[in-house]
Amino acid sequence: MKDTNKAEWPLWEVFIRSKAGLDHKHAGSLHAADAQMAMENARDVYTRRMEGVSIWVVESKYIHASDPEESESLYDPANDKIYRHPTFYNLPDEVKYM
Amino acid sequence: MTVHSFQEHFDKLIDNEVTIEPKDWMPDDYRKTLIRQISQHAHSEVVGMLPEGNWITRAPSLRRKAVLLAKIQDEAGHGLYLYSAAETLGVSRDDLYDQLHSGKAKYSSIFNYPTLTWADMGAIGWLVDGAAIMNQVPLCRTSYGPYARAMVRVCKEESFHQRQGFEIMLTLSNGTEVQKKMAQDSFNRWWWPSLMMFGPPDADSPHTAQSVRWRIKRLTNDELRQKFIDVTVEQAKVLGLDMPDKDIKWNEERGHYDFGAINWDEFYNVVKGNGPCNKQRLETRKKAWEEGKWVRDAAMAHAEKRKTRMNKAAQAA
Repeated sequence: MKDTNKAEWPLWEVFIRSKAGLDHKHAGSLHAADAQMAMENARDVYTRRMEGVSIWVVESKYIHASDPEESESLYDPANDKIYRHPTFYNLPDEVKYM
Repeated sequence: MTVHSFQEHFDKLIDNEVTIEPKDWMPDDYRKTLIRQISQHAHSEVVGMLPEGNWITRAPSLRRKAVLLAKIQDEAGHGLYLYSAAETLGVSRDDLYDQLHSGKAKYSSIFNYPTLTWADMGAIGWLVDGAAIMNQVPLCRTSYGPYARAMVRVCKEESFHQRQGFEIMLTLSNGTEVQKKMAQDSFNRWWWPSLMMFGPPDADSPHTAQSVRWRIKRLTNDELRQKFIDVTVEQAKVLGLDMPDKDIKWNEERGHYDFGAINWDEFYNVVKGNGPCNKQRLETRKKAWEEGKWVRDAAMAHAEKRKTRMNKAAQAA
């Protein structure tokens, strides 16, 4: 790493709740020296047009992501378990509200 | 998987309009081209604040001043969205700044022209942001996920930029003789550089085919330029301003406006660093970066100190 990079502020991921009752959703990322500054910057950058009512910030290094190369072993087993979906079951037409 | 099969898998995703995400395998050239394109765009947003910053203190009313400030603040944000997208490709923010400050990286040449009158704030919003939007809307569907998502955000915010610019032009055009003349003069100066924003003609743009294949470019330079000319000619009529190009003429057969020859020598000359403001823009950026160093360092030192204090308090408890 070059000398100039030593002082680079850490990277943070920003999650915004767009309105009460909804989940926080990933909005983007930014650099900040600490959590408080990350919060202030997130407010300035990601909620200038009433995009949010709540902000989460987490330092990017704490995010663990799944590996795309493991997609098969992770998600394929779900393919042959269609009985987990309600449409798998045939019911007579007379049955209502189910 | 071998490199060959990785490549096959990647090509299949691209062909099926599937989005590529940071952790997916991608060819080196795809990564390099994206870093260059995204960071160039980010640099343009950041340098693009300078010509407009020139007029903040002299905006003609409080309303205009508030709007101009909001627009420039948006541009800082757009730079941030794009730098962040580039960083997901494995390049650091400081390296990107270094490339800008050392002159290794380019930014849009349009920002090397001076803003001489207040009307330039109108012309920039109307033409420069208009051309940028034309360029950026198709990129909302680009193949690289973080880039596409950044572009969606940028485009959402950008439309007010163009409208406020057009409104300035409209106000001046409906004003006194002097104001109308100022609007026309500004239109004349910004028209050709705006057309150059789409880049050299397709025939001289060797990487276009590969970029279109990768879906990091969705329309060619010439296609975008023509689209921009077609809509702008109609908008100029609303303003009651004369087109700065005497060869503008509707071509029934093509269904497009024909236009005059673009001075590509001027374009290449500005790209090479010989535009009216290249030197000044870069120096301003460098000065801001260097003079901000103590702030960046102090913030880091403060964060460290606070962390140590909190750890101590936790241990004591």
